[in-house]
Amino acid sequence: MSTAAQPPADHGPHKAHEAPPDAPHEALPFTEVQSGAEFTELRRSYRSFAFPLTIGFVLWYLLYVLLSNYAGGFMGTKVVGNVNVAFVFGLAQFVTTFLIAWWYSRHAAAKLDPKAEAIRARLENDAPRGEGDA
Amino acid sequence: MSRTYQLAAGMPALAAEGASQHRALIITLFAVFVAATLGITVWAGRQTKGAEDFYAGGRQFSGFQNGLAISGDYMSAASFLGIAGAIALFGYDGFLYSIGFLVAWLVALLLVAEPLRNSGRFTMGDVLAYRMRQRPVRTAAGVSTIVVSIFYLLAQMAGAGALVTLLLGITSETGKILVVVLVGIVMILYVTIGGMKGTTWVQMVKAVLLIVGTLLITFLVMLKFNFNISELLGRAAEESGKGAAFLEPGLKYGATATSKIDFLSLGIALVLGTAGLPHILIRFYTVPTAKAARKSVNWAIGIIGVFYLMTIALGFGAAALVGPKAITEANPAGNTAAPQLAQAIGGGADSTGGAILLAVISAVAFATILAVVAGLTLASSSSFAHDLYVNVIKKGKASEKEEVRAARWATVGIGAVAIVLGVFARGLNVAGLVALAFAVAASANLPTILYSLFWKRFTTSGALWSIYGGLISSVFLVLFSPVVSGKETSMFPGADFAFFPLENPGLISIPLGFLLGWLGSLLSKEEPDVKKYAELEVRSLTGTGAH
Repeated sequence: MSTAAQPPADHGPHKAHEAPPDAPHEALPFTEVQSGAEFTELRRSYRSFAFPLTIGFVLWYLLYVLLSNYAGGFMGTKVVGNVNVAFVFGLAQFVTTFLIAWWYSRHAAAKLDPKAEAIRARLENDAPRGEGDA
Repeated sequence: MSRTYQLAAGMPALAAEGASQHRALIITLFAVFVAATLGITVWAGRQTKGAEDFYAGGRQFSGFQNGLAISGDYMSAASFLGIAGAIALFGYDGFLYSIGFLVAWLVALLLVAEPLRNSGRFTMGDVLAYRMRQRPVRTAAGVSTIVVSIFYLLAQMAGAGALVTLLLGITSETGKILVVVLVGIVMILYVTIGGMKGTTWVQMVKAVLLIVGTLLITFLVMLKFNFNISELLGRAAEESGKGAAFLEPGLKYGATATSKIDFLSLGIALVLGTAGLPHILIRFYTVPTAKAARKSVNWAIGIIGVFYLMTIALGFGAAALVGPKAITEANPAGNTAAPQLAQAIGGGADSTGGAILLAVISAVAFATILAVVAGLTLASSSSFAHDLYVNVIKKGKASEKEEVRAARWATVGIGAVAIVLGVFARGLNVAGLVALAFAVAASANLPTILYSLFWKRFTTSGALWSIYGGLISSVFLVLFSPVVSGKETSMFPGADFAFFPLENPGLISIPLGFLLGWLGSLLSKEEPDVKKYAELEVRSLTGTGAH
């Protein structure tokens, strides 16, 4: 088996499949699937969740960095005992990271996984050579 | 206060006489860890047959196992020694590292881990070259993987050197070099014999040791302060001699307008670097599915998050109980604050408790360094063999056996380079060095990964522009920054050819990497490969035909 030597695009998984490195995965109708309604909906559902959320947490983190830099007085305000705003802000970054990870995973399990699996199952079942071995 | 001075006086004694049992204990624990992990490696090596075993551990690890291994791969000497030292010396500013290193995982979780798992096989280059001309893009991916990993390796080696100087009382140059060589040899053995499977198990064992060790120290520190964090912070501020300023941002980075911009640059590099680190990316290939990759990142976020929360106790605890004077005396960059804290919390330099805790935490630190350097060496040798040797030099015509053999030889070569560089890297703060690796990864790798996965119009030229542009600009800026010359803390303090004022290049080189990828795609006459993008996009989102 020489698939190890080939780029990822052209391996029929674990089947001897001697395509030149630049040959497309001609066996499956990827272009049709990509423009189909089902995949468009999956892409929208993924991107409309992950992209704004990424921008959101990066801005929230940058806000923290910028406040640390340019709002020393505010960040140094004591909240309880020796614990100041900077500290609380830092801990809040931990909390939001945990929450976002949980929220994304919930979204993915409920909205993305079923759609992805449906498309994948159909593609692989239709494949002439029984593609896909995960 | 008196305690601080007593310890300060005690430190040199540790490195000289009266510490031979300490040393014996440390060396014994270290030897036990090395023997046990080499045993695991040999066992894993027996099951390592083909390329999929060597590069991806047979893809049989569970989400939890991989989450543990990712934590072991990620929490480096920079996290354990570097952050504790940075907090102990600069107070709040050191804590930024902890936050940046953690938040960064969201980029990996939301944008990179799952699509990468679905569409690649062994290396970062697999995904970058997917719809591009193979040879130039794989060459670029290989070069950037090796450069980032070497930067990172340098940091770990610097940490090993610092530890050894303090703990084993080795002050002779030959002795220090010998220890760096030893670390290098063990890491080469892990990777050549055990491949990804062996490395993964070493990383899992290390993660457990690190978490348990850190929990223990955190518990003891908090016990001393009646589990009152305000009391801990108060004492740290008092002992630091800086008062309330120690608990506020600005001690390290707030001095001038330039240092404030440096802080911003560092912050950006930390949050965007993780998802471009090759040794992290290849870990996603060790699980069977994208869902398992997601699960492993979630576990990693949990484990790493808890660990970074504990750096508060480590860093401020070291400031409060060891004091900055004793820390800088032992290592000017603060890299030994955590082991020093372990000794202090166990009862001080002359107590049995202190000796035992010091030995345990030192062994954990060694384990940390070994597991990370193994991951880094594996990432660079994988990329060398899979991207450069097989797909560029042999043009895809190498047997699987030849490929794995090439990967093993590459491990030896990269290990040798790391040993030589490690000898020169002593004395630099390891957290700072790792931050540079993050900046290079965020500038050269992340733009290309994101464009490849999400932008239809991305082309080969775009990929080359962003990888080389990000890589060259970040390395160039570091070369002419105060990190390398012009300051007392520089690599070459005697010379001064620095003209770039920032220590971290991220602020310039990361946007540049993104801009060049975009420009390169628009300006080239080359048509984007629409068919291949359809294939990549469908596969990356659905897992169709994934290995």
